[in-house]
Formats: sequence, structure tokens, C-alpha cells
Amino acid sequence: MASLIAGGIDCDVHPAVPHLTSLLPYLNDYWRDQVTTRGMVDLISQSYPQNSPITARPDWRPETGKPGESLAAMQRHVLDPFQLKHAICNPLYGVQMVFSEDMQAAFCRALNDWLAKEWLDRDARLRGSIVIPTQSIEKAVAEIERCAPDKRFVQVLMLVMGDTPLGKRALWPIYEAAERLELPIGIHAGSAYHNPPTAVGWGSYHIEDYVGQAQAFQTQLTSLIVEGVFAKYPRLKMVMLESGVSWIAPYLWRLHKFWRGVRMETPWVDRAPLEIVRSNIRFSLQPFDAPPEPETLIRLFEHMQSDELVLFSTDYPHWQFDGQDALPEGLSPDLVRKIMIDNPHATYPRLK
Amino acid sequence: MNIQFRENQEAASPLTVKPAIADCDIHPARTTPTELYPYLAKRWQHHLEIYGVHAYQGMMEGPPYPKAQPNASRRDAYPPEGGPQGSSLAFMQKQLLDPNNVQLGVLNPLNTGQGIRNHELSAALCSAINDWQIDKWTSKDKRLKASIVVGNEDGPSAAAEIRERAGDKNFVQVLLLSRNVEPLGQRRYWPIYQAAEEAGLPVGVHAFGFGGNPITPSGWPSYYIEEMVGHSQCQQSALASLVLEGVFERFPKLKMVMIEAGFGWAPSLCWRLDKAWQRLRSEVPHVKRPPSEYIREQVWWTTQPMEDPESREDLFDVIKWIGWDKLLFATDYPHWDYDEPSRVLPAGVSEANREAFYLGNAKKLYGITA
Repeated sequence: MASLIAGGIDCDVHPAVPHLTSLLPYLNDYWRDQVTTRGMVDLISQSYPQNSPITARPDWRPETGKPGESLAAMQRHVLDPFQLKHAICNPLYGVQMVFSEDMQAAFCRALNDWLAKEWLDRDARLRGSIVIPTQSIEKAVAEIERCAPDKRFVQVLMLVMGDTPLGKRALWPIYEAAERLELPIGIHAGSAYHNPPTAVGWGSYHIEDYVGQAQAFQTQLTSLIVEGVFAKYPRLKMVMLESGVSWIAPYLWRLHKFWRGVRMETPWVDRAPLEIVRSNIRFSLQPFDAPPEPETLIRLFEHMQSDELVLFSTDYPHWQFDGQDALPEGLSPDLVRKIMIDNPHATYPRLK
Repeated sequence: MNIQFRENQEAASPLTVKPAIADCDIHPARTTPTELYPYLAKRWQHHLEIYGVHAYQGMMEGPPYPKAQPNASRRDAYPPEGGPQGSSLAFMQKQLLDPNNVQLGVLNPLNTGQGIRNHELSAALCSAINDWQIDKWTSKDKRLKASIVVGNEDGPSAAAEIRERAGDKNFVQVLLLSRNVEPLGQRRYWPIYQAAEEAGLPVGVHAFGFGGNPITPSGWPSYYIEEMVGHSQCQQSALASLVLEGVFERFPKLKMVMIEAGFGWAPSLCWRLDKAWQRLRSEVPHVKRPPSEYIREQVWWTTQPMEDPESREDLFDVIKWIGWDKLLFATDYPHWDYDEPSRVLPAGVSEANREAFYLGNAKKLYGITA
């Protein structure tokens, strides 16, 4: 495997909320009462069943509790051994599944406050993502603006499978706020399960949901590009998190071909999709879906025609690699430096 | 894409002898809406006139995403005698089959009886389309072969239609669409695969169709281009379902063809499936081998709309990872994104690979010996 270098940025780690009751101190009286009186249960998404092998690496799985719920374990497993300068916390607590915009807004607010107090305050290397209640665009923007003064929040977090395609104009106030406040939008794998998790319906298995994340990212990129998000907000960066990487080039060949064919339908898309991706879209490294042979991997990076698209991630505590082998075999030292340090800094202005 | 031919080019083509090709995706059309009536019971004729087809989408006529051109077809493909593009055998011969030296043309009728909520009507329309393919097309031009169109949501009746047509040399495959009520691996569709395997017929899965699901995992997108690009994602999800439900394991002689959804995505999907299967195989113990092995052995791909990277080396990488023996050339005639045979493959391909790509793989898969 390629050698890691010190001072890198891990763009995708997942601190776990131990239980819904862990958020009670961050809820107001009304919502505390709602949670307890109604007997609400823990918000664990089907995207990551707690005991699924993919949800935690065997040696990162705690004897009790949820994988990722202990700061000491995260320090021991990734922050220290990978000699990270920063790690960006992307909580995957299932608040996006909630249908009520009021309840969702209360839970997102509590989750963001919990992250600041229980994680960011306790290790200076950690940075956070603002989780937003997308059932209400107005409340989502308000939550971004509420959290943004804390510069340790470096991005806004959304799920790849939500209620609508991400390019839809109704969502644009979120993107306006993010661009204005120098916050990239992180789009993470996972579904709110408000739509079937594939475009052809509900599969039978967890593995189908997981494999299908890559197709969900592909359709979202199409939506974001053809609706004109980056023509309207040219400084906005979006980061595809836990998306997979090896599909990017062939996906773009197809989008480019159809854009050339039917661009009269979306005339505001005034640059080729590949150019838009180069300037505005980034992808986290793990999972890297490719065979182990270095020659294939090198060709895949050449197909992407850019060394700026990929940002280092361990996807902690998810099981994507073993030992310290977060970097696939065959990456040059220059590319390692770009992936681990230069590209994340170029993407997240608040890391300065 | 959408290349317009000038008269003088057509006139010149018989002077040059082009190598024979197979075209594995041709769309025959009806000249008039009532052209199927001779093959439909009176009851269904009346039903159609009163209620329409009652599809899994809202439009009484036409597609929910308006196409970029009338009938999504080339503007130069209207037959001189009238009717929509693709509705005249004589003009198809003149515009497609003769000048391109098409030795095998596989017909994939769209707008048939598939994707219809009334499953009895679906079966009746599919059976009618199959009779119509013989009468109007394959019996009149031996280069053309038909696909058995089946009522996709009712497995047993679809299987009965396949068994009725099995052994009829007019047909070379069973045709499904990618978007159905459920992902294609689900067991409601297994009778189709069982009957196809017994009949020794590949199952083609053509992009398109509506099954009542939003066409992205985040709901309905806005534009036709999103639907078009999205076919490759729908196809990936359908293929993942086929593998992970164990369809290829249960029907080891079944062959499937992914039609008009691209192939560039295949290697990365295979790698992703294999990696996830290594982690999660205890959930799917019926999937006994790495998913990529089933796909390598049992899945073929038509080429149109051809992958079009800036560098031909990138294209050759992807084809090498899939296998030169697994691609089937297709034009998609008469649709607007037609691929012109002479321009599809860049220079630098060996003669053997070129022959396999344009003709050999298709003849072998579809059992054409002549």
C-alpha cells in the first residue's frame, strides 16, 4: 500500500450518538417530554444496521455500545495512528428519516449541539458537519446560520437519498447559505427511506441498499449539474462522501454525451459536466471499489483526468480496509500528498 | 449521435462492400394505432378505446418526460409512404439494413403491453405484438429476428407466452424493460427466467419502462436528460438485484443482455458488488460466488449509446475489463441517438475483436449459424 503521510485530513469519520436519550440535554422541555412520553426509540437507520459487518471494522467494534460512540476509541483507532491534523465528523444519526419538520429541526439542533460539546470541545483535531432538517428549507437555512459562527463546523451534511433530487430549485436557499458562509455541502451515503432505495424499487437485502448508494450518487450528480446549481452558485463545493470513486469517469462520459445531445433542454448548463465536476465536486477516498492490482488503479485515476477530485477518508468506523491500508496500492507520493492534504484544504476553506 | 444522411451518401453505399454486422437493437413501430387489432380480441379493442392502457405512470398518451425529438427518433427516418419512424420495412431496408450490410437485426418493440396495470390486457397486447412481429417483419425479411415480449408483472402468464413461442425460429430472445414494479431479481419474475432458460433464449433487458417507482432513489427528477442518463443507474440496480437475489445461481444457463444502458459502468459495479459481497455474504448465502463471476459468465451488453471518452485508451481499458466477447453492436434505429456503425469503434482494434464486436458475439449468443 502507498505510504501515509502525517498531517493529513480525514474527511469522513462517524461519531455515533449512543442513544436518542443522549440528545435529551440538548432538547427543550417540549421535545424532551415528547421523546419520553411517546416512548420514542433510537433513530438507527437501515442504511447502517449496528451489527452489519460494514458498519464497523472487527477491530474497531467495541465490546458494548455503538461503533464510533467513544472519543477515546476514535483517537486510538484513527486520529493518533494516522497522524491526522483534522478529522471531519459526519454524524449518521437517523434524524433525516423523521417526517415532521418541527421534530426534525429539534433533533438536528440537538445533534449539532451534541457534536460541538461532546466531540469538538474535547479534541482540537476534530471538525464538524452541520446536519440540517430538510423537511423545511427555511428551518434548514436557519440551522446552518445558527451553527456557522462556530468555525469548527466546516460543512453542511445531507444524505444522498432524500425526498427529492438534490438539484431541485426548492433546495437552493440551502446552497445559497452554504456558499455565502464558505461551507461545502457534504452529501453522504444513506437514505431517509422516503423513496425506495433504488430507482427500480425496494430490494430484499441490506447489501442491495449498500451497493445502490453508488447509483444514488450518480443520479444526484446529474440532478445537481443539469438543474444549474453550479451556474447559480459557482463557488459552492460539494463533497460526495462514501460514494465510491471508480464509477466517476464512465459516469461522466455518459452524462457528457447526453449533454451534448440534448443540452437545448437545460441551456443554463454552460460548461461541460466534467469541467463542472473538476471545479465544484469532490469525492472521499473510501470505499475505493477497485481490484487490488496497481495498474488498474492507476488507469482509473487517469480516466478521471484530474488529481484534485479525491479527498482522504478512513470512513471510520465502517469496514472499508484493514490495518493502516487506507490508501490503495499504486498511488504516487505526489498524489498521496494531494489526496491527504492539498485537496482537502482546497475544498474546505474553514480548515485554514 | 443523430447523424443525418445525405441522399448522395445513400446512393453511393452499394458501391462499397461493407463487412457484415449484427444490429442488436432495432425498434419496429406500428404504422397506425390500430395495427394490432387483427391480433387482439374484440373485448380488448373496446377496452383500449374506452380506458386506454392504464400504465404505471400518469400520461394517457406519450411519455412523462417529453423526448428531444418526435418519437425520440431521427427526423430523416420518416418513411416516404407515411407513418412514424421505424414503421416501414421497405424504408428500414433502404436506410439501415442494406447500406450497413446488416446480417442479423434484433427487433425490440417498445410501447407494447409492458408496464400496464391491468395484467390481462398486458398479456393480450404482448401476444399481439409477437404475432405482429412475425407478420410484418420477420416473415418478410430473414435478416430480422424478433424478441418475445411478455407481460412483465405476471410471471406465470409471461412464462406461458415464452413456452408458446419456444422453438419458433422467428424469435431469438425474451424482452423485458429495466424499470418494473420491483427490481428484476425479485421472485415474481423468476418464472420468466425459468421459461427462458428452458427455451434456450437469452433475456434482453432494455432501458426504459415505468413500474410506479420514482426513477431515482430520491424521487422524480425534472428533465429528460436525467431520465436518459439515469437508465444506466436503473440498469445497475436491476442487475445488482438479479445477482443478489441469486437468479444467476438458480438459473445457471440463463443468459441476459443489458440493452441501451451503456456498459462503461459494468467494471465498477462488479468491483463494488464483489467488495460488498466479501463483507456481507452471510446475508445472501444463496450467492455462492463473487458477483462479478456470474456477470462475466451470464451477462452481455449492447453498445449503443456507445461510451465516448476523450481517449480511446480509456474505452479499450473498459472493454478489456468487461471482455471483448461480451459486447453486441447496436444502432438503436430509428432513435435519435443512433450509432453509425462505421464510426463507433476507434482505430487500434484487432480484426478478431472487431469481428466479434460487430457480428460474431451476437451470432453466437443468438444461435445464428448462417
